[in-house]
Amino acid sequence: MRNRTIRFSLGVLLGVAALALVGPWVSPNDYSGTNFDRLLSSPSFSGWHLFGTDDLGRDLFVRTMLGIRVTLVVAIVASLVSLVIGVAYGAIAGYVGGRVDAVMMRMVDTLYALPFIFFVILLMVAFERNFLLIFVAIGAVNWLDMARIVRGQTLSLREREFVEAARLTGAGTLRIIMRHIAPNLVGIVVVYITLTIPQAILVESFLSFLGLGVQEPQTSLGALVDAGVNQMEHASWTLLIPATLLAVILLSFNFLGDGLRDYFDARHAP
Amino acid sequence: MKLLRFLLLFTALLGGASCGGSGDQAPMGSVLQRGLPSDPETLDQHKARSVQAAEVLRDLGEGLVGYSPTGELVPAAAESWVMSDDGLTYTFRLRPNLSWSNGDALTAEHFVLGLRRLVNPETAAFYAQMIVAIDNAAAVVAGEAAPESLGVVAPDERTLVITVEQPTPYLLSLLTHPSTFPTHPGSLEAHGDGFARPGKLVSNGAYTLSAWVPGSIVALRRNPHYWNDANTAIDGVNYHVLVQDSSELNRYRAGELHITSTVPPDNFAQVRAEYGDQLRVAPSLGVYYYGFNLLRPPFADNPELRQALSMAIDRELLAEKVVGRGEIPAYSWVPPGVANYEPTTFAFAALSKTERESIARRLYKEAGYDENKPLRVEVRYNTSDTNKKIAVAIQSMWRDVLGVETVLINEEFQVLLANMRDAEVTEVFRSSWLGDYNDAHTFLSVLQGGSPANMPRYDNEEFDGLMQRAAAQVDLDRRRLYLEEAERVMLSDNPVIPLYFFVSKHLVSPRVRGWGDNVLDYHYSQHLSLGVPE
Amino acid sequence: MLRIAGAVPTLLLVIVLAFLMVHAAPGGPFDDERVLPADVEANIAASYHLDEPLPRQLLRYIGGLLQGDLGPSYRYRDYTVSELIASAFPLSLKLGAMAMALALVLGIAAGTAAALRQGSTFDRVVMGFAMTGISIPVFVIAPVLVMLLAVKLQWLPAGWSGTSGSSRYLLPVITLALPQVAYIARLTRASMIDVLARDFIRTARAQGLDTSTMLRVHALKPAMLPVLSYMGPAVAAILTGSVVVEEIFGIPGLGQFFVRGALNRDYTLVLGIVVFYATLIVFLNLVVDILYGVIDPRVRYR
Repeated sequence: MRNRTIRFSLGVLLGVAALALVGPWVSPNDYSGTNFDRLLSSPSFSGWHLFGTDDLGRDLFVRTMLGIRVTLVVAIVASLVSLVIGVAYGAIAGYVGGRVDAVMMRMVDTLYALPFIFFVILLMVAFERNFLLIFVAIGAVNWLDMARIVRGQTLSLREREFVEAARLTGAGTLRIIMRHIAPNLVGIVVVYITLTIPQAILVESFLSFLGLGVQEPQTSLGALVDAGVNQMEHASWTLLIPATLLAVILLSFNFLGDGLRDYFDARHAP
Repeated sequence: MKLLRFLLLFTALLGGASCGGSGDQAPMGSVLQRGLPSDPETLDQHKARSVQAAEVLRDLGEGLVGYSPTGELVPAAAESWVMSDDGLTYTFRLRPNLSWSNGDALTAEHFVLGLRRLVNPETAAFYAQMIVAIDNAAAVVAGEAAPESLGVVAPDERTLVITVEQPTPYLLSLLTHPSTFPTHPGSLEAHGDGFARPGKLVSNGAYTLSAWVPGSIVALRRNPHYWNDANTAIDGVNYHVLVQDSSELNRYRAGELHITSTVPPDNFAQVRAEYGDQLRVAPSLGVYYYGFNLLRPPFADNPELRQALSMAIDRELLAEKVVGRGEIPAYSWVPPGVANYEPTTFAFAALSKTERESIARRLYKEAGYDENKPLRVEVRYNTSDTNKKIAVAIQSMWRDVLGVETVLINEEFQVLLANMRDAEVTEVFRSSWLGDYNDAHTFLSVLQGGSPANMPRYDNEEFDGLMQRAAAQVDLDRRRLYLEEAERVMLSDNPVIPLYFFVSKHLVSPRVRGWGDNVLDYHYSQHLSLGVPE
Repeated sequence: MLRIAGAVPTLLLVIVLAFLMVHAAPGGPFDDERVLPADVEANIAASYHLDEPLPRQLLRYIGGLLQGDLGPSYRYRDYTVSELIASAFPLSLKLGAMAMALALVLGIAAGTAAALRQGSTFDRVVMGFAMTGISIPVFVIAPVLVMLLAVKLQWLPAGWSGTSGSSRYLLPVITLALPQVAYIARLTRASMIDVLARDFIRTARAQGLDTSTMLRVHALKPAMLPVLSYMGPAVAAILTGSVVVEEIFGIPGLGQFFVRGALNRDYTLVLGIVVFYATLIVFLNLVVDILYGVIDPRVRYR
């Protein structure tokens, strides 16, 4: 059962990603080419306008594919950023324990006090919507949770027998962390990643809604959906298509996370 | 079952929570619901600067002169006036028994106080410069003369005399502006600068300020002491602050608004189809343009290039297809419909599109560019759907006709303003100008050397000279000739690319009577009435 | 008490960070297309102390804070920041609390019901609905609901201002709660399934205990642990969502004031909101910390 979930959602995601990669190569249309004779035309096969055109006459199929790419890249990179920081931070805190742990966690609590969405907004406003900044901003929002979880996990792991054994044989702290603790974190980290990616996607689309996300002529699924909302009555495909794709991606990641969690849980079943 | 209990608990919570909610006043009588795109930054008429604040202020207060629903100057607080033969002295006679909303008598001295406060440097009023025509106004603003020396006096309670340094034919339209409204001395004394709050604000217009929830609503109620109260049909006005125009449209369609402040671009065609007769579109006093930074390359000292870029744009396409809400393609700087003026147009306005484009290509080559050496230019615009569409369209046009590589830079409004003023990084920037009064001067003066609104930093002696000579004319027809010639000179220099003229668009409920379309887009609530719902 | 002392440097750091970021943004609060003449601008800048060097402005601000003065708003000239926050916060709080309550009620109920009927069609349908909350952004759900319920059917008000009564809370609260309903439902379901499989439950069942008593007495509390630890992120998520919901419905809450403030460079308002929220969150963290220590003595700092 879980394997099916994992395989299915992974399959969907890879399929979507593949489509996003291949689609624009195959289509003769350009993502920024305007055409004022074809404003808001509905999907059709002529001219390869499979998803129709937007309010500036640009082909929506290619733009949606581009949007998927951007959305996935932003989300994955941002999640990796939070992963690296969070895991390192949490593992060290959890393993070393004592005063160091207390201080490090106190800092995490400090940072938790920041109303993050506000800081993300301020960041985007202060530094003029730099594309790279989006990764940083979103990644910065999530690493705290990762750190906390990893720390908790590390805390319980380090009391386990094999860690005791390693310590008794004189292995150094760093070695223990890397050799024994980290591999056992893989499960929870992987699961968590598949759950932070959807969060990152949603944060990016919030930013697009506020006008602070990816800038023209680039686009993301969030930006396409936001544009489509205003046209939902007379050009419903501009909303339905990107929204459905967005939902599919989000759901797939969530199901993937579920499936992976079940898988890892089963491995460690008592 | 469990579920049921939880749901009951929740509904109780919901009900309890909202019971304590402070509802907004529900007054008696007819209440007009209008949309406002953002909060007024203040209701102190001297510190206000935005169009939104002015709209609310026009309902709260009243100046010497006002406008009719169709945009004609009519007496307001002043029942009559006389201008001296040399055009330098205006004598106003106020109506009898004018009073403030708290019953205090309104005298001419209060107008004097108001105008003095306007030019007083301590007030730091934005529109202080607007009345620079009045004797000593400039000196007071610069801090070189006391406010008492301003050329405005009140020899008796109902007479006001204003002296101007030069004949100023548009003085009367200036006096409709909220920054010239009178000041209530008692309020200033009692509350200082914080007098513009509900419960403290004393007004002399058709309405008083009854409530203000920032971010939500500004509520006005009838002022029974207003001299024309008997002819004011609407009892109360609620200005709903609705920043998202799609939200405003939803409220209108749900029947919660009678008048919207605009129509969202994406829905315009649909709205026109569905609500044709409720949609009011009228030319208004505003121009949407792209400005060149004349202090930097590539546009400094390069008139051919500027003209080429201007000619390569298909303004009809922009107005009809890209913006598509009834806007008027702009081939001049001053919009049509301005009083006493016939705008000059670009020399190329009469040419066909093909002719224009071929001349544009020729000029482009003369400026030193071609396919192998294309121009690379940055266009900055502030975030908005419309601006984005126009920028993308122009990018295509410049690429297709000339081969120009355009980089689009989307900035926040504040950032763009800062960049335009510093003039250090901009090349082409998007901007707009809305007229403050119904005269060509409000548009042409923008491009005079030294004007703070002169973003392109246009500096042309001939233009400035013509403007100065126009200002010295008493005879309206001669003045007009000078102004039109000034516009012709400026247009041939191409410091700006006017793209289209704004139109005002409102959805007006069929229940609303008395609405008049006018070029200033002023719609005083006191002229309106609400009919019976169908 | 040590913890409280630890909170002060936190707040200080937050204030300084926010201050720097707001002032780092290009453009100032008084820029406008209707450009100010130079001397007028100088006058205004001076009266708001914007011409002073940044460190001095920062000190001035902190000094004001200590006296409870958050400064005047640059954008709403007739109001002080404290007044604006005082009018906006109760509203945001109400909305957030109602959304949280709704999310908890619906989420736990749905999750529990699904867990009890694990694997059945009911389970799948309920979870399916829950998933829509996660997979469709708030700024899509809200306008769609408004279009359907307010504009077309006119069952509910389309906006906030000028309407009174509880019906105007419904749409905003529902849209705000929806994503959280989904998360909480999934968490509850997973955790409940876990708990239900445990021995002591089986024993209770074998002893003939009926479902609802069993749930109430034995299963609910342990199953709620993951939900409890989700509360922190849940509050943060509702805060994030409130920014969007307030924009869409035109609700004068803190989220909307913040976004407008950031875009308008209303330094004091933005800082005031950040400081306010940070203080609140630090305080709440303290409370939660203490609660945790009480509930589960094993999870204590060494």
